[in-house]
Amino acid sequence: MSRIAEVFRNLRQNGKKALVGFVTAGDPSIPESIEIIKQMCRSGLDVLELGVPFSDPTADGPVIQRSSGRAIQAGVTMAGVLGMVEQIREFSAVPIVLFSYYNPILAYGAEEFYRDSVRAGADGVLVVDLPPEESDELTGQWGADLDFIRLVAPTTPVQRMAKIAARATGFIYMVSMTGVTGSGGLDVSAIERVAADLKESCNGLPICIGFGISTPEQVARLCPIADGVVIGSAFERIIESCPAGGEAAAKVGELVFSMKKAMAAYV
Amino acid sequence: MKLAGTITAGDVTALDAGNLLPDEAGHFGVYGGRYVAETLMPAIIELDEAYRSICSKANFQAQLARLLKDYAGRPTPLFRAARLTESLGGATIYLKREDLAHTGAHKINNTLGQALLAKFMGKTKVIAETGAGQHGVATATAAALFGMECKVFMGREDIARQAPNVQRMKLLGAEVVQVDSGTGTLKDAMNEALRYWVGSVRDTFYIIGSVAGPHPYPEMVRDFQRVIGDEAREQIFEAEGSLPSMLIACVGGGSNAMGLFYPFLNLPVEMVGVEAAGHGIDTGKHAVTLGAGSVGVLHGSKSYVLQDEFGQIKEAHSVSAGLDYPGVGPEHAWLKDKGRVRYESIKDKQALRAFQMLCSMEGIIPALESSHAVAQAMIEAVRRPPTDIIIVNLSGRGDKDLGIVSEYL
Repeated sequence: MSRIAEVFRNLRQNGKKALVGFVTAGDPSIPESIEIIKQMCRSGLDVLELGVPFSDPTADGPVIQRSSGRAIQAGVTMAGVLGMVEQIREFSAVPIVLFSYYNPILAYGAEEFYRDSVRAGADGVLVVDLPPEESDELTGQWGADLDFIRLVAPTTPVQRMAKIAARATGFIYMVSMTGVTGSGGLDVSAIERVAADLKESCNGLPICIGFGISTPEQVARLCPIADGVVIGSAFERIIESCPAGGEAAAKVGELVFSMKKAMAAYV
Repeated sequence: MKLAGTITAGDVTALDAGNLLPDEAGHFGVYGGRYVAETLMPAIIELDEAYRSICSKANFQAQLARLLKDYAGRPTPLFRAARLTESLGGATIYLKREDLAHTGAHKINNTLGQALLAKFMGKTKVIAETGAGQHGVATATAAALFGMECKVFMGREDIARQAPNVQRMKLLGAEVVQVDSGTGTLKDAMNEALRYWVGSVRDTFYIIGSVAGPHPYPEMVRDFQRVIGDEAREQIFEAEGSLPSMLIACVGGGSNAMGLFYPFLNLPVEMVGVEAAGHGIDTGKHAVTLGAGSVGVLHGSKSYVLQDEFGQIKEAHSVSAGLDYPGVGPEHAWLKDKGRVRYESIKDKQALRAFQMLCSMEGIIPALESSHAVAQAMIEAVRRPPTDIIIVNLSGRGDKDLGIVSEYL
């Protein structure tokens, strides 16, 4: 059983939900990013999504665009990201999902990427701009040591949901809204409807909801609907607002903690 | 001398007719495809289905044909550039006058097609990205014609260097959305248009201006632009009683080139696509995607892109905003690999010189984009006898560029 599957199984057994946290790898620098992740893990993070910076992130709003820009500026490459995974493994067994656009993976090489990310200790990969129609060219030669997280959107028809779910492993990432990351205007009843359809099609695979979720209150409201909630831009906003060293790690840790608390209170 | 009716299968030089279409998922060989976020996938699939079911219908084709004729002013002339030809002393140069189409460039062919498709699909809002502003103007024009709401995304840098087109779009009732991210050019405008579309996909039709983007855009835009080549084929037979020896067109994303080339692909005609070499390939400040890039995925399709070894997209550079793009349509990538089309590049300075030549020798002010094709034609013509015929796609007019040109000249 993969590390991701195990975490969700344990949470389900205890009636709990997962907090999935996204940070761009190496924003604002690799050492600071490691400190931030360390604090997130200490504060109770269940799954880490490590963002591979890309110059043209078309599914992301301004906050993650800027964080990606800062990481590229700091010289972060795919090799740097995988180096970070190794470092994280020295202090945490948290499941790590590499969150990337396709081009940096293509440049690294499909087989090399699989080999090196498994070796570094990553557990899954999510490629935002690689729909099931195109993903065989990437995963065709891969083994089973890396979960392939797939996206379902509010625009995805029910039949297509089933097709996507049939090819997904680890968990399904359910996009909360028709918009880019960090957008406002969360519509909980609309999310409930999509999640209900998705549950019918996903054969018990865990569902995590992401995009536009930023407060502990929102996290608590979404808990009953899914197996987990993904937070990204809210952490990146903190990182952006405190460029001076250690501050960001502590503050991001606090937000993780208060979100976990809100989840515990609700469940 | 060959006549139109005598072209046979034996004339097919490099490609079989069956090879010309992408597969069902939109792949031209290994290029093309659909590399977009899941939110957009259903819309792109819906567009593909609508495109196939609607655009082949007689009603659609009749309406589009009427618009192209009565509104856009087609067919555009094929003009023999006699003084330019004589001054070079080589091959005979013809200009396909897309600059004379309504709004001053070939872009209107595609925007009328896509806006009409949007109307048939019941969409009332359209968005577009634009570099030089020609596609933005053409989209704003089609939107005004059909009474649609229109937003055009345009980079900060391009807004500054193409002010007349910004004003035109506003007059036509479009909202011009300034894009500050990245280098503030065409690539960033397309990023932002895609992001906006992710949030508005339920009621908004995205009119992409080049043969780029996810399937079916590269194929669809080419099909709406092939009218250029179809007309040119008839016109050159009428004028010369033969096929041309060579076709030349500039390539940014590559829509005017695909439009001219496509109807000739199976015929024994040499083709040259001209990329923008900016300050020179060796300076790193250029837009020579096919000539100096590598295979990657940008803006929804796989093709050649300008990128570093880590897969980060690099800035392009060209004096012409319409060619200032680090990607290129996937069909061009495929034609390059097949060796069917030769791709060359022209520097800013050469393009400016060609711009001046055409102004003074033919009384035609070409767009800076098209000036790259003219510059290449000047190089090719001197190597060939007067019996050789070169058709240059004069894809747009240069009024929009006078500000930039006056800085350089």
